[in-house]
Amino acid sequence: MSDLTRLTAAEMAGLLAGGQVSSVELTKAHLERIDQVDPAVHAFLQTLPEVALAEAAAADQARRDGEQLAELAGVPVAVKDVLATKGLRTTCGSRILENWIPAYDATVVRKVREARLPVLGKTNMDEFAMGSSTEHSAYGPTHNPWDLERVPGGSGGGSAAAVGAFEAPLALGSDTGGSIRQPAAVTGTVGAKPTYGGVSRYGLVAMASSLDQVGPVARNVLDTALLHEVIGGHDPMDQTSLNEPVPPVAEMARRGLAGDVKGLRIGVVAELGGRGYQQGVMDRFQEALKLLADLGVEIQEVSCPSFSYALPAYYLIMPSEASSNLARFDAMRYGLRVTPAEGPATVEAVMGATREAGFGPEVKRRIILGTYALSAGYYDAYYGSAQKVRTLIQRDFESAWENVDMLVSPTVPTTAFKLGEKLEDPLSMYLQDVATIPANLAGTPGISVPSGLAEDGLPTGFQVVGPARADAYLYQLAGALEAALVDKWGGPLLDSAPDLVALAAGGQTAGDAGSGGRGIGHQDGPTGGAK
Amino acid sequence: MSELYDFEDAIAAFDPVMGLEVHVELSTLTKMFCGCANKFGAPPNSQVCPVCLGLPGAMPAVNHKAVESAIRLGLALNCQIATRSTFARKNYFYPDLAKDYQISQYEDPIDYDGFIDVELADGANFKIAIERAHMEEDAAKNTHVGGEAGRIQGAAYTLVDYNRGGTPLVEIVTKPIEGTGARAGEVARAYVAAIRELVVALGISDARMEQGSLRADVNLSLRPKTADPAAQAAVPFGKRSETKNVNSLRAIERAVNYEIRRQAGLLSAGQLVVQETRHWHEDTGSTSPGRSKEEADDYRYFPEPDLLPIEPARAWVEELRATLPELPAKRRARLQAEWGFTDREMRAAVNGGALDLIEATVAAGATPAGARKWWLGELSRVANERGLELAALPVTPQDIAQVEELVGSGKINDKLARKVLEGVLAGEGSPEQIVAAQGLTVVSDDAALGAAIDAALAAQPDIAEKIRSGRVQAAGAIVGAVMKATRGQADAARVRELILERFSAD
Amino acid sequence: MPAITRQEVARLAELARIALQPDELDRMAGQLDTIVEAIRTVTEAAGGDVPATSHPIALVNIYRPDVVRPSLTVAQALQSAPAEEDDQFKVPQILGEEP
Repeated sequence: MSDLTRLTAAEMAGLLAGGQVSSVELTKAHLERIDQVDPAVHAFLQTLPEVALAEAAAADQARRDGEQLAELAGVPVAVKDVLATKGLRTTCGSRILENWIPAYDATVVRKVREARLPVLGKTNMDEFAMGSSTEHSAYGPTHNPWDLERVPGGSGGGSAAAVGAFEAPLALGSDTGGSIRQPAAVTGTVGAKPTYGGVSRYGLVAMASSLDQVGPVARNVLDTALLHEVIGGHDPMDQTSLNEPVPPVAEMARRGLAGDVKGLRIGVVAELGGRGYQQGVMDRFQEALKLLADLGVEIQEVSCPSFSYALPAYYLIMPSEASSNLARFDAMRYGLRVTPAEGPATVEAVMGATREAGFGPEVKRRIILGTYALSAGYYDAYYGSAQKVRTLIQRDFESAWENVDMLVSPTVPTTAFKLGEKLEDPLSMYLQDVATIPANLAGTPGISVPSGLAEDGLPTGFQVVGPARADAYLYQLAGALEAALVDKWGGPLLDSAPDLVALAAGGQTAGDAGSGGRGIGHQDGPTGGAK
Repeated sequence: MSELYDFEDAIAAFDPVMGLEVHVELSTLTKMFCGCANKFGAPPNSQVCPVCLGLPGAMPAVNHKAVESAIRLGLALNCQIATRSTFARKNYFYPDLAKDYQISQYEDPIDYDGFIDVELADGANFKIAIERAHMEEDAAKNTHVGGEAGRIQGAAYTLVDYNRGGTPLVEIVTKPIEGTGARAGEVARAYVAAIRELVVALGISDARMEQGSLRADVNLSLRPKTADPAAQAAVPFGKRSETKNVNSLRAIERAVNYEIRRQAGLLSAGQLVVQETRHWHEDTGSTSPGRSKEEADDYRYFPEPDLLPIEPARAWVEELRATLPELPAKRRARLQAEWGFTDREMRAAVNGGALDLIEATVAAGATPAGARKWWLGELSRVANERGLELAALPVTPQDIAQVEELVGSGKINDKLARKVLEGVLAGEGSPEQIVAAQGLTVVSDDAALGAAIDAALAAQPDIAEKIRSGRVQAAGAIVGAVMKATRGQADAARVRELILERFSAD
Repeated sequence: MPAITRQEVARLAELARIALQPDELDRMAGQLDTIVEAIRTVTEAAGGDVPATSHPIALVNIYRPDVVRPSLTVAQALQSAPAEEDDQFKVPQILGEEP
């Protein structure tokens, strides 16, 4: 096997089932790849070689013993550091949890372990998942594998970069306002936010409980669906989880990949496009629509007038819930404890000093904003109004479903921006999530698949959003689009990404790395049709 | 600081208005939002899990039994049961609050608009209107170290045991209680006693105030008293204090009376009552301000996103209504009729905490009057001496029924019965065992009694003369002497008969 | 007049238990003011008759049976505690007076 890390997870599963490769071999290959490229990418906060290899060996043994195994058994996975892992440090990208060792596994981590997927490590993220660039990690930013000078998106930039840089075939993410889909879009990978409640949140360190959802991250639609099936399903420990079977996402992804989408009706959201959207992003989006139309998908424009209020509503609801969820980081039971330099070291003073030292600026900003929105005298105007906007957005979706099966838009208005570019301008950073947020507010599923490269040579994403519980149809449409695009490009988009090993070996600086991905030879390559 | 006002003067000048908040810990098997055991007295931090320890990522899950108990309590309090009830987060920082917010209910409590009738010691009745009863989780237990006797003031540090954290609570909140005047303290006490009795009858709580499984907060304010009582209700309420940590029935009455006197002192001196939390101190019988520094409460309540609304099906509510036991007031009325007690006897039984004991004693075969006599007489005296509740005495209703039977069959008399009870209380066995072991049977052998009578008559010739001259009541002295000589074991009635026989034969 | 003054940020920071430094107060007041200005549109978006949505998927009556599950061990409970004593979490004095 030349390079195991270039395989898809489904291919790895096939080789494992056929006995052509072992989980230990696969895991080793990925650990080696991490050693090679992660110093440049910094997708991982922590790798777990011993743990992963032991789990891999156990998976191989189970296979030899003839145990009934999950389809992905033996295929390694990376886990966003926002998910509790028993006995393994879980930081959420924050100083305040620098030394927290959870006493329990998140339900999705337990499921991944039960399905015998070796856990390679914990991936980098914006602190407590607050951000769209992974620059708000207390442990340094992650770099975009397409251009190391650029951000990989966020908050799940670590998970997206890990799969994009072939450090892991699969990863777990969490999506509160786009933290799975936006990084997927700007790294040329796939990421899905399941229907709210479709995947357990137990053990997901909460940012905004009514918006958060754990989801799969991978390089293609089928792998994403397969991982979705591993982590989905009811969990009595999360009372907001749906007590329903996991939708047949892999089956429907396969149907879509086979081109079976005729008759599906999709709506292009009028409010999510045009002004404020990069030309290359819009071009790739329009081309994708054309491909879908060629496959027999019916396309119409749909207006969702309340979506213009989604971002403001989100930036009230999310910080409000976050201000409460993050109160527990108070230096009493776990985590950092800082005693103030002066004055009496009372509980109040220690809490204040610890939170001052332990939280980064974006976390503080959101906690203060949320405290403001919930405080006496402002609640009705801010939090109360935002909850009403949520109703309006749900109504927009409901009326859309009367005419179409799914809604589509560019995932993100732009391609990846440069590290540091938006750090001092929170509002412009927030705009990254303008197209992904409505799905979180309504609890509906969303998926982002690569749609090509923009005029700057950087990946763009195509987002599909559907009605609650209709996750499988998203995979069907996304699968069809992926198949059509890969066919058009002559290979997966990531084949056009720069060679990170060569970059690392050449000692090239991050600044030089950005030229990769533009030398694609296909006449009809990812940057667009011949025009 | 102003002086405490004289209570009578305070009541003459001011009208007290109360609001009572009673927290009832539910005796479910598990906590409100996690599967940890809900048991008092376990070693520190041995009944905790990611949920009740507030570990990052953990999520609450509502205990069905706790909701059921809250609905049953609401029904017993004549409340409406919400058709849609929601949980909310109450946000404030405190080390005993694992998540630094308490999951409670704010806008839509499970129970609302009810009432309970309470009866004072003299039989007077008050109807207390219930505003709401809502579910929430209890805080952990703080132990303050390094200061004076476990006080928070002056403590060097604090130790936290999260076992109690997350225990299911129902908080019952009254509407303002007006028109109680000088009886405010009594009413408050009777109300809390009635709630205690109710939750015990429902089987939803141990309601042990000394263990904190039932706790009361007393809100009290004064307003100027109007000359015309009819005009009183129109006078706006004054600023109130909220006294916490009031952990016995007696303390509730004392705390109310103390606050009336304190606030009257302030108001009479032209000062203002500060709206604040105060703590009750059992040792000094006084209250003190609860916070060292003024911080405006801003709890930033918002709907708990991790928990879904409760919409109890009406059929379920009716099913639960059908499970309600006979409620205390109704039961008292029934028992009084069955037992034929006067109002006064019944109140004595209730106030003495003897109702269940009398009922059980009657069930074991005693007559109601007999059971009442023993429990409210001899045994109440002993309990009082020992500073115990009647029910805590080491004697069972079966014991009392047996004593009654022994007396009824003439085997022992009242005097011997007392001796037998002493033995039971000393742990010497059942009444029958004690009678057998100590040979405590009544002497009714005429020959033996005759000798004792002869001796007594011989020792008191003047009495003998009186009887002979027809003053039959003088025989009592001879009966007494015979009883004394037989150490109480004589059958007094038979002795009397024998004496009178003897003189009529003359 | 800004929506969020420095003084307001100081009050909020105290409520949120974050001992913000003076320069942070200044910076944050400016940033929050910009953000609040931008999100203020929600106040005019919905009329009074629109109900609030607190949960994205409308489920009701989800309960857990009253069945005991194993707790953590005391050692597990305390494993990340910044300070402990007698199997309890040791936290600083609550009131500021000298012992």
